Amino acid sequence: MIEVVKGTLLLSGSLFILLAAIGLVRLPDLLTRMHATTKAAALGVILIMLASAMHFAEVGVVARSFAIILFILMTAPVAAHVIGRAGYFVGSKLWSGTVKDELKPNYDPLTHELKSGLETQENARRVPRESDPE
Amino acid sequence: MSTVILICQVIMGLALVLTFVRVVRGPSLPDRVVALELFSTTVVGLVGVYAVQSEVASFLDAAIVIALMGFLAAIGFARFLERGGPRDD
Repeated sequence: MIEVVKGTLLLSGSLFILLAAIGLVRLPDLLTRMHATTKAAALGVILIMLASAMHFAEVGVVARSFAIILFILMTAPVAAHVIGRAGYFVGSKLWSGTVKDELKPNYDPLTHELKSGLETQENARRVPRESDPE
Repeated sequence: MSTVILICQVIMGLALVLTFVRVVRGPSLPDRVVALELFSTTVVGLVGVYAVQSEVASFLDAAIVIALMGFLAAIGFARFLERGGPRDD
């Protein structure tokens, strides 16, 4: 019984990782590729680590497996956020079928400033700083 | 069980090959960084499967270290990219 559960977990985990890789190759732009890799690959690793925890069934190994799961769960969104942010700032092109880019009307790539869209005229006026380029 | 493990290793090897295709082709540097992160995640999965295959639990420590390195590499690359400003590649 436990063998069947273990085999199913291992197989589905590696299939999710394969799915992430296929998405990485097939999808059209940076953000959709990240959408494929972060979630599917994290789920795949989580399933594989659950299988290894069931296989060894010792306290130390289970603790290590759950440490890996917790680590992946905490770091995958952070890494995706940071890379997506950097990708937007360096001007990676969006897919031609993108419907809406909500950041575009509010973000100024030259001064690196983000507006909320709710400012009054007075608040929105730009105050020059010393660090501005000439 | 050993057949299942072999199938898993083949599947993840295929995933590594596909990821490598994106590393080579990827039009811009952020795409390559995403692919390299998927690389490290896949290797963590492979090490986990190998720990089950070889009955050596210490490989999970190596998996923790690999996950940590992949995360730090992603953060470092992102910092580097943001520092560089807009780029056209």
